Amino acid sequence: MLDVIIALLPVSVAAVIIFGMKSLALIATCVIASVLSEFIFNLACKKEQTISDLSAAVTGLILALNLPTTVELWQAAVGSVISIVVVKCLFGGIGKNFANPAMVGRIVLFLSFSAKVAGESNPVIKSIAGIDAVSGATPLAEGAETIPGTMQLLFGLHGGSIGETCAIALIIGGIYLLARRIITWHIPVAFIGTVMLCTLLAGEDPIMHALSGGLLIGAIFMATDYVTSPATPLGKIIFGIGCGLITALIRIFGSFPEGVSFAILLMNILSPYIEKWTVMRPLGTKKAKGGEAK
Amino acid sequence: MFSLKFGKALMPGGANLPHFKDTSKLAPVYMDPPASVIIPMSMHIGAPATPVVKAGDHVDVGQLLASAGGFVSAPIYSSISGTVKKIDTMLSSSGAPMQVIHIESDGLMTPYAEIKAPDVHDYDSFISAVRESGAVGLGGAGFPTAIKLDVKDTSRISEIVINGAECEPYITSDTRTMLDRGEDIKYGIELLEKYLDAKKIIFGIESNKPECIEAIKALTKDDPAVSVCKLPSKYPQGGEKVLVYNTTGKLIPEGKLPIDVGAVVLNCTTLAFIGSYVKTGMPLVKKCVTVAGGAVKDPKNVIVPIGTRMKDVFDFCGGLVCEPKKVLYGGPMMGISVPDLEQPILKNTNAILALNEKQAPTQDTSPCIRCGSCINACPLHLDPTAFTRAYKAKDGAALEALHLGMCMECGCCSFVCPAKQPLVQRNRLAKAILRQHIASKPKN
Repeated sequence: MLDVIIALLPVSVAAVIIFGMKSLALIATCVIASVLSEFIFNLACKKEQTISDLSAAVTGLILALNLPTTVELWQAAVGSVISIVVVKCLFGGIGKNFANPAMVGRIVLFLSFSAKVAGESNPVIKSIAGIDAVSGATPLAEGAETIPGTMQLLFGLHGGSIGETCAIALIIGGIYLLARRIITWHIPVAFIGTVMLCTLLAGEDPIMHALSGGLLIGAIFMATDYVTSPATPLGKIIFGIGCGLITALIRIFGSFPEGVSFAILLMNILSPYIEKWTVMRPLGTKKAKGGEAK
Repeated sequence: MFSLKFGKALMPGGANLPHFKDTSKLAPVYMDPPASVIIPMSMHIGAPATPVVKAGDHVDVGQLLASAGGFVSAPIYSSISGTVKKIDTMLSSSGAPMQVIHIESDGLMTPYAEIKAPDVHDYDSFISAVRESGAVGLGGAGFPTAIKLDVKDTSRISEIVINGAECEPYITSDTRTMLDRGEDIKYGIELLEKYLDAKKIIFGIESNKPECIEAIKALTKDDPAVSVCKLPSKYPQGGEKVLVYNTTGKLIPEGKLPIDVGAVVLNCTTLAFIGSYVKTGMPLVKKCVTVAGGAVKDPKNVIVPIGTRMKDVFDFCGGLVCEPKKVLYGGPMMGISVPDLEQPILKNTNAILALNEKQAPTQDTSPCIRCGSCINACPLHLDPTAFTRAYKAKDGAALEALHLGMCMECGCCSFVCPAKQPLVQRNRLAKAILRQHIASKPKN
């Protein structure tokens, strides 16, 4: 868990630089609310304290990074409580939740406070960056005033949630997680690859799709959550492709500009089944139905 | 899945362990005979041996104490000269009662007068010599060697794999065998070639023992039938299925033995012992054990009479510097912890470890987060998380469907688990449920 926090540091710093002190307030609110709600839940239910495993802090951090600066702090706190209490603790705590807590928290906030969560960025940045693209919603939103260029996308100088815009910082975090063997390449590569392929086939710009919206943070940090993704290598690839397909379908045909969180949530639900289908046959055993021994 | 093959295919999974093989440079030293020994009748897989001596008898080194108690069994010989004090039972390290013979030393270590080299001239006489020698798998398994070698038709053997992997941390007794007992190994190879028609003998040695690889290569350079396979230093290379696959490319199917794919696996120390027995006729009465661990004052390799109490061996190594947290027969991965230091050195003991608090810390477990590390570490692609679920539900049928029986208890799953779950320990407990389930099934 500490490794995940370290991997999220670059993007957290980038968020504060790009979106200002409101980002810091959001991160602090979500982390504190998450850890506190887990602490109180465990206390109230007379359960063993689990906040020292840092998973609640990670959930809070990821949730904060998935919110734009337009969200009120109390709304962010509500999202954190829902993430931790409803999605995680009520299902039995760490390791037992069927869906990624931070993502469900984001979806709840997104559906409850759509106007705020659709995202508008800090005007301060507009003046620093000297470009107009930082205002407005994610570049994926229909009618976004200008489509930002690739460099702008890489450095995150455009609208959106505070942690999803700076592609470089997200990729650095992803490389760190891969190097520390916290995650494997399967889910991120399958997820992002599928989105790029689908958008290319639909005649849209695959690079823009890969670097914008919540795709990178979703594919690197949220879809790779152990608890809610299959454990087998083949299962991870199927999971990633599924996430990519749903994301692309929502982005291309859906009425929401963004589909990463819905895609991951739907695939979370399928994950136990995917794992069951892709379970590895022990070496030297026969196939269940006929077939020859390997 | 998507694994790229570079050259030779290797078994998947495994764990990169620290080696701690500090004693590998220390040639074994003989221990002074202890004042008394405790010789258990169960030092092998199979039926316990049947005592043929009684209290008050005088015995010499190499004299028969107990004959094989069945087909899968092995005879047991006296490791010291002296007087049989009593025959009674004590609790083994597993907690089960076992019959033991207590012998008090006369301090002379007189060899038994009737010992002479066995008459070995063909397959049958070779197998019966191995049976009489009391040989069991000295790498730790303790399976009677004669049964393994008695393949009836030697044309079934396509290769003999000599296990010199010694993949467990700390243990260096096989290393010392390969370095110090070249003559015995060479004679053992000759016997295998002569009486088992071995056309291909492969030594499997981990890459962390380059000196052993060199020694065996030099020893067998004139013998085209012998080759040395350098294995990666990745635990558990010495596991039978892993070893056979990584040296020959053959996968032993579930429930089958190496001979079913044409392979015979022998530990290098067992091979050296067979060589020395056929030459001298002195049966299995002593054992080289690695004495190591942070609680031992002077870790070393010691040749001890079988039946010597652990306490005496530790005392010979300068005693214990602190209260050991855990004392083990064998290595830290698969070794069996012992309840007290009265437990004797067995035929298949290759090391005794006294680990200190730092080496065997009590670890707090946390819930499984389904990271899948254990599944990827299992050399056989078993699923320890599924075993755990089935174990908690006491579901014998599910355990059978998950092939729990294949688990060799190598411990890679427990080692890699970030939540420190006792996975291999739970697999062992689950095997009891599996056995009950299989026993309760109607036979038809």
